[in-house]
Amino acid sequence: MISSELTQSFLGRDIVSIHDFSKKEIEFILARAKDMVPVARGEKHATPLNGKILASLFFEPSTRTRLSFESAMNRLGGQVIGITEREGSSLVKGETLADTIRMAESYSDVIVLRHPQEGAARMAAEFSEIPVINGGDGAGQHPTQTLLDLFTIHTEAGEIKGKNIVFVGDLKYGRTVHSLAYAIALFGGKLFFVAPDLLQMPNEVITRVSEFGSTPISTDSLSEIIQEADVLYVTRIQKERIPDESEYKKVAGSFVVDNRLLENAREKLIVMHPLPRVTEISPEVDQTGHAMYFRQAFNGVPVRMALLSLLLGGGQ
Amino acid sequence: MKEFKVMPIKNGTVIDHITPGMALKVLKILGITGTSESIVSVAMNVPSKKCNRKDIVKVEDRELAPEELNKIALIAPSATFNIIRDFNVGKKHTVEIPDTIEGIVKCENPNCISNKSEPIIQKCIVKSKNPVELKCYFCDRDIVDIISNII
Repeated sequence: MISSELTQSFLGRDIVSIHDFSKKEIEFILARAKDMVPVARGEKHATPLNGKILASLFFEPSTRTRLSFESAMNRLGGQVIGITEREGSSLVKGETLADTIRMAESYSDVIVLRHPQEGAARMAAEFSEIPVINGGDGAGQHPTQTLLDLFTIHTEAGEIKGKNIVFVGDLKYGRTVHSLAYAIALFGGKLFFVAPDLLQMPNEVITRVSEFGSTPISTDSLSEIIQEADVLYVTRIQKERIPDESEYKKVAGSFVVDNRLLENAREKLIVMHPLPRVTEISPEVDQTGHAMYFRQAFNGVPVRMALLSLLLGGGQ
Repeated sequence: MKEFKVMPIKNGTVIDHITPGMALKVLKILGITGTSESIVSVAMNVPSKKCNRKDIVKVEDRELAPEELNKIALIAPSATFNIIRDFNVGKKHTVEIPDTIEGIVKCENPNCISNKSEPIIQKCIVKSKNPVELKCYFCDRDIVDIISNII
């Protein structure tokens, strides 16, 4: 498919799940995101979305996703209207999400939705004539996070194919790691899953990545594998997942990334985290060249700019 | 002399070639609890030339509707359906499981938007037709226990 056909295929499209994209489409978004970096940094000005309105509907707390979407829209010359919490919306009066979406559709050109229920974005897309972007639906999908993670790996560590990508932390319940593991497998990266047995990657994900010829290695020891890693993707182990307090402390303590652990790492290893972090990455790591999580958070802006401009036809 | 395990019926529906062991679940789908007046015959693990073993359900004086047949096909994809009129096969139904199913099975994920008060019809994607494997169209989760979630 040539570039103009690809551009055309994004017009008015919903972004609900990473599984809705082909490899070629993902590569196209990442290339477009790269072009957006100077605009995202404020070094270059562009206003292709002048006159367009983004409805930012966040029914759950969010810092990075909401702010980076709003920054992306503003950087491209568009405007933002929105809801930042359920309490400020008609949902508390008993309005259905479907009705809220039909209302927001009439006020804007694109909708970003974060909602606590899984499947909310897919349903919203059914009711909306304008594009709906999933900003996270409960424990379901968060496709723009996956795209910005891929973008970060691609720009900071190079081509994903053949790279050793190590996931560590809560791999069972962590929303971001399931979609990212799928995408890494799609691009030919080698997967390593480091977690306590209780929080290991679900079989469903392992089966799905195997379809791309990937045979992930699962272990519970981070120190054994750290020297092999090109990318270390860390997630938070939530206290409520491990009912026993002393067990939680033991488990959480054994997956902490600090400078001592990184002594054995490759020089070019990058450490990523979807944030917010608590204790799983020691603050001393922030000063090292390995720390990539804040740049990763920044990358949410160019990636979301790329998506907004593609969906709304800006910059053609 | 031919031995009949289950006697022919005069009028009603015969569901044949049910996956062995599924007959009682078919009754559940049909809402047959023993309180209705129809005569119902059930045969389980009957030897079959076509599929080695099978279950059979015969419901007298009741012609099943297509939507009931579709539900049964979800748990017994090779089942065949004959409507009997005056001891003869009046109508033969074969059911082809579609690629998507609406309004028959609900999502088993309690946090799925389709289980909330939204104006939508439950929708499933058929991942595999035999054995039948479904996932929710909205939340993408697999529906492991199809029988318990039939609406």
